[in-house]
Amino acid sequence: MDKTTVLNQAHRDMGARMVSFGGWDMPVNYGSQIEEHHAVRRDAGMFDVCHMTVVDLKGERVRDFLRHLLANDVAKLKTPGKALYSCMLKEDGGVIDDLIVYFMADDWFRMVVNAGTTEKDIAWLEKQAPAFDVRVEPRFDLAMIAVQGPNAREKALPLLPADVRAAAADLKPFTAASGSWFVGRTGYTGEDGFEVVLPEDEAEAFWRALAAAGVAPAGLGARDTLRLEAGMNLYGQDMDETVSPLESGLDWTVSLDDERDFIGKSALLSQQEKGGLRRLVGLVLEGRGVLRSHQKIFDGEREVGEITSGGFSPTLGRSIALARVADDAGEGLTVDIRGKRLPLKRVKYPFVRNGKACIEL
Amino acid sequence: MSDTPANLKYTKTHEWVRDDGDGLVTIGITDHAQELLGDLVFVELPEVGAELEEGGECAVVESVKAASDVYCPLAGEVAAINEELVDAPETINEDPYGKGWLFQLKLVDPGALDELMDAEAYADYAESEEH
Repeated sequence: MDKTTVLNQAHRDMGARMVSFGGWDMPVNYGSQIEEHHAVRRDAGMFDVCHMTVVDLKGERVRDFLRHLLANDVAKLKTPGKALYSCMLKEDGGVIDDLIVYFMADDWFRMVVNAGTTEKDIAWLEKQAPAFDVRVEPRFDLAMIAVQGPNAREKALPLLPADVRAAAADLKPFTAASGSWFVGRTGYTGEDGFEVVLPEDEAEAFWRALAAAGVAPAGLGARDTLRLEAGMNLYGQDMDETVSPLESGLDWTVSLDDERDFIGKSALLSQQEKGGLRRLVGLVLEGRGVLRSHQKIFDGEREVGEITSGGFSPTLGRSIALARVADDAGEGLTVDIRGKRLPLKRVKYPFVRNGKACIEL
Repeated sequence: MSDTPANLKYTKTHEWVRDDGDGLVTIGITDHAQELLGDLVFVELPEVGAELEEGGECAVVESVKAASDVYCPLAGEVAAINEELVDAPETINEDPYGKGWLFQLKLVDPGALDELMDAEAYADYAESEEH
């Protein structure tokens, strides 16, 4: 029996097609995934992300703990409310999860981790935290709703509690404001917007109020095509415990160039020294068809890698993908789809940001 | 509730078959199937003249979610294909039993049509599969 979020009934009332996703009963779409995708790119859409987990980390030495735990460096977070994207690694450099961490106070950081990885994340945190006298507090009492799109902030602001509204209105990207609710100007779509963390018993009313304000409910399907267009990695698909962030297009999130030691650092340094690391590249299918994860990529007759995330881009009207390929893979790549080799164009991703194509077709 | 017109025959793999007379049938995917698949973005059709076997893979429809094989409900030779779908696969979502038809088949054995499910049987089957 799948777990349900507090918005389950609201989804059903709004005509959602529900699917099982990582042990949760979640909406995949409310009719048309493509229309939901366009609503987020052109206006405003909202996502139930209650299945993700907020974890509060508290203690005098919480900053030292996170500098040891995470591949990115929380020393970059100098003012409360600032957010940082990071991987949490195993000793061998494999990715346990990717997450966002917020600096709340000197003795309090807040993490948001993936739904499917929550159990092992908490186990890992609880294993590492005692050495730093840090308390690990999963907040299963909190709900989370993402409101995304060019008009998302404008539509959501009047519906926020008075004690956080003004601060939320002034937020810079990748920062958060706290009041009775917690509001971050973050997201997973490549559009402006908020991620709102609020008490569970207030979530459904907020969701329905957003709908009444013209924010379109959007399902996991649109969430996936939006994040793929935005070139954002999906844990479990583009990286997992068997692969290094250096081979997952996440070099930019790994802080290696200083004295700081962190779990997985020595493994990453030796990978770097050894060289020959595969890389994550952006691909566009030249003709018709749909790129899917695990399709094989070829450079001439040589298999050079496979697609990690692929799909149809509603914004571009073409099929796009992220693929992990050999470092010496050339430009003239092809993909095997049902026994046929189809030509690809290799591009720098993101494919789409803020409603606009970032690549030439 | 999905639409299942009474004048059509159906398969367990969610294709519909319309009897056009003279051993010709038109084939498509059901309303239930297009609902399950979601927005369609790509269609690969058989070639005119191809000889298809009953139950064989004969076309591919791909939605935003997944690729799905279409199985040929009955043996026959492809008499026509719906080329308009190549540029507008979403037609299948909009009109699965009309403009969203996939191909027309000249049956080897026109009598085999009677072996397929009628609308009522298919509606029950699709319903039971949901739960």
